[in-house]
Amino acid sequence: MSSEIKDLVVPSLQAHTGQGLGTGNPADAFVVEPARSRSVKTPRRTRTNFEMLAWLFMRLSGVVLVVLVLGHLLINLMLDGGVSKVSFAFVAGRWASPFWQVWDLLMLWLAMLHGANGMRTVITDYAEKDSTRLWLKGLLAVATVFTVLLGTLVIFTFDPNI
Amino acid sequence: MPAGTLYRGREGMWSWVAHRVTGVLIFFFLFAHVLDTALVRVSPEAYDSVIATYKTPLVNVMEYGLTAAILFHALNGLRVVAVDFWSKGPKYQKQMLWSVVGVWVVLMAGAFYPVLQHTLRTWFGG
Repeated sequence: MSSEIKDLVVPSLQAHTGQGLGTGNPADAFVVEPARSRSVKTPRRTRTNFEMLAWLFMRLSGVVLVVLVLGHLLINLMLDGGVSKVSFAFVAGRWASPFWQVWDLLMLWLAMLHGANGMRTVITDYAEKDSTRLWLKGLLAVATVFTVLLGTLVIFTFDPNI
Repeated sequence: MPAGTLYRGREGMWSWVAHRVTGVLIFFFLFAHVLDTALVRVSPEAYDSVIATYKTPLVNVMEYGLTAAILFHALNGLRVVAVDFWSKGPKYQKQMLWSVVGVWVVLMAGAFYPVLQHTLRTWFGG
C-alpha cells in the first residue's frame, strides 16, 4: 500500500463529514453525511470497491435489460395474439434456437442479480435492526441463488419431447 | 423514520419512490415467473395448466399492470443513467422525468390492446 493511500485513512469520527478526508480533492467539502451512521462493526475502509462495482453493475445491466425485457414482453405478451399463444409448444419452438436460449439465460442472470442488488438496498434502508437485516439478506441470497440455478438448469436441460 | 422513507420531495424524490416500488414488485414477479416456467421441465400439461392462469381476465389485467411497472422502471432507469453519466443530466432531471412520464403514457396506450387482446377477444368475440 502506498503512503498516499494510507494518508486517506482518517479517524472514524471524521469519516463522511467531508472535513479532513485529506485527499486534496475540492469535492470533499460536498461529501454527504449518511442518513444513518455506520455501526461500530463496519470498518471505515474496505479492501475492495464492491459498492462502486455494484452501482456500476446496476447501470450497465439496466441498459442491457431494457432491450432484453422489453423484447421479451413484446414477443410473449403482445405480438401474435398476445398471451393466447403461450404454451409448452410455443416455448419448445423458441428454445429450439440457441439465440433465444442465450437471450433468456442472459435475461435471467442479469434480472436476478439486478433485482437482488436492488432488494439488498431496500433491506439496508428499511430494516434497522442488525439481526433483521442479516436474516432478510440471508433469505434474499438463498432465494436468488436457488432461482438463478433453477432457471439455468431448466434452460440447459429443456427436453421438447418430455 | 427509516433512512429510505422521505427525502427532499418533488420530482426527484417521487421518481425514486416509484422506481423503488416498481422494482420490488418486478422482483417478486420475476421470482414467481422463474418458478412457473420451471414447470416445462415437469410436463407439458403442468406448464400449460399454470399458463392457463395467465390467460384469465384478472391475471391478464395484472399483466398490463406488470407492463406498466416494467416500462416505468426501464424508462426512469435510463433517466438515472443520464443523470449519473451525462454532464447536463442533473440540470435536466425534471424535464427528463416528465419526458419519461410522457413516453410511458403513449407506450401504455399503445400496449393496451396488444396485452389485453386475449381477454377482449374472449369477452367481445372476434
